[in-house]
Amino acid sequence: MRHKSIERIEKRFIRSDIPVIRSGDTVRVHSRIIEGDKERIQVFEGVVIRANGGSNRATFTVRKVSYGIGVERVFPLHSPRIDKIEVVRSGRVRRARLYYLRDRTGKAARLRARTVGDRTRAAVELEVEQAEPSEPTEAKAEEPVEDTGEERPSEA
Amino acid sequence: MKKGLLGRKIGMTQIFAEDGKCIPVTVVEAKPNVVVSLRTPERDGYAAVQLGYDEAKEKHISRPELGHTKKAGVPPCRHLREVRVGADDLQGVEVGSLVGVDIFSTGMKVDATAQSKGKGFQGVMKRHGMKGMRATHGTHESRRNPGSIGNCKSPGRTFKNKRLPGHMGNRRVTTQNLEIVEVDSGENVLLVQGTIPGSRGGLVFLRPAIKSTEGKRTA
Repeated sequence: MRHKSIERIEKRFIRSDIPVIRSGDTVRVHSRIIEGDKERIQVFEGVVIRANGGSNRATFTVRKVSYGIGVERVFPLHSPRIDKIEVVRSGRVRRARLYYLRDRTGKAARLRARTVGDRTRAAVELEVEQAEPSEPTEAKAEEPVEDTGEERPSEA
Repeated sequence: MKKGLLGRKIGMTQIFAEDGKCIPVTVVEAKPNVVVSLRTPERDGYAAVQLGYDEAKEKHISRPELGHTKKAGVPPCRHLREVRVGADDLQGVEVGSLVGVDIFSTGMKVDATAQSKGKGFQGVMKRHGMKGMRATHGTHESRRNPGSIGNCKSPGRTFKNKRLPGHMGNRRVTTQNLEIVEVDSGENVLLVQGTIPGSRGGLVFLRPAIKSTEGKRTA
């Protein structure tokens, strides 16, 4: 049991503008980078393979394949260095830690799309994105392409 | 009179600094300490302030301590500690007055003294960080042993203070130069960067760091 004054301290650092992130989600993390005296925003896009911890201590691990090399970054979910997080799509996964993706490349590393409760708009937007093959080349290799064949009947 | 404060370790968490750095902090709750008595150079040969912490029911306090607090006209306290101060610092300090977390300010360095967690009887690897023996190449029943503990006929004995297995922890430990990250006088809470000895709920004695200018011991 955590003490109430610890809870109060942690609550101050929890950001309400950060979306709920689950493993299997593909996210774009905009993080503020300070180089010398200049600040710029760097985007890291990949699959969330782990969501760890709770409260203001929560972190998540994002994996992407960059120029053929697998790269994983751990972000503190509530860090003030994070400008924003976009959930690009959600994948249907059957475990909390997707370490098995490390052993897979290309087609094998895809995740099926998750049917979210609010299917209407989110799903339509997803499918529009799917129709356009204009993904950034760098992220292409590991992009979890959705297996829309299964989902379609329910849509129609 | 900014020489020391008694409090309780609540636990640890982490906070984010403005530049995004993640700071591990120990939360110390320090309700106002009451000055129970004064030690003066004339009467006692040294100058100190006796602080009491944590108001308790009369039945939880020993009779001598109860009499002591009654004489001072302060509520019975579960813990009493003396804080050495300079003789000049006693000016204006009265028995019954309160000392709170506001004696510390953000950025100040403090030393934290507390009873460390008891670990029981431990071997040399855990207690002293020795490396033990190797796991293979014929090692027989001595993988966590200290190895040699001395020479042969000369000196013919094991030296005193040789590090050997024994009781570990549950002793008074001071961690020096911890930075105060935040002072919340409304909630009587201090956030101290880093770890403080002891378990949650343990009594913690905070003093300005002896290695800082504020903490130079005058007495």
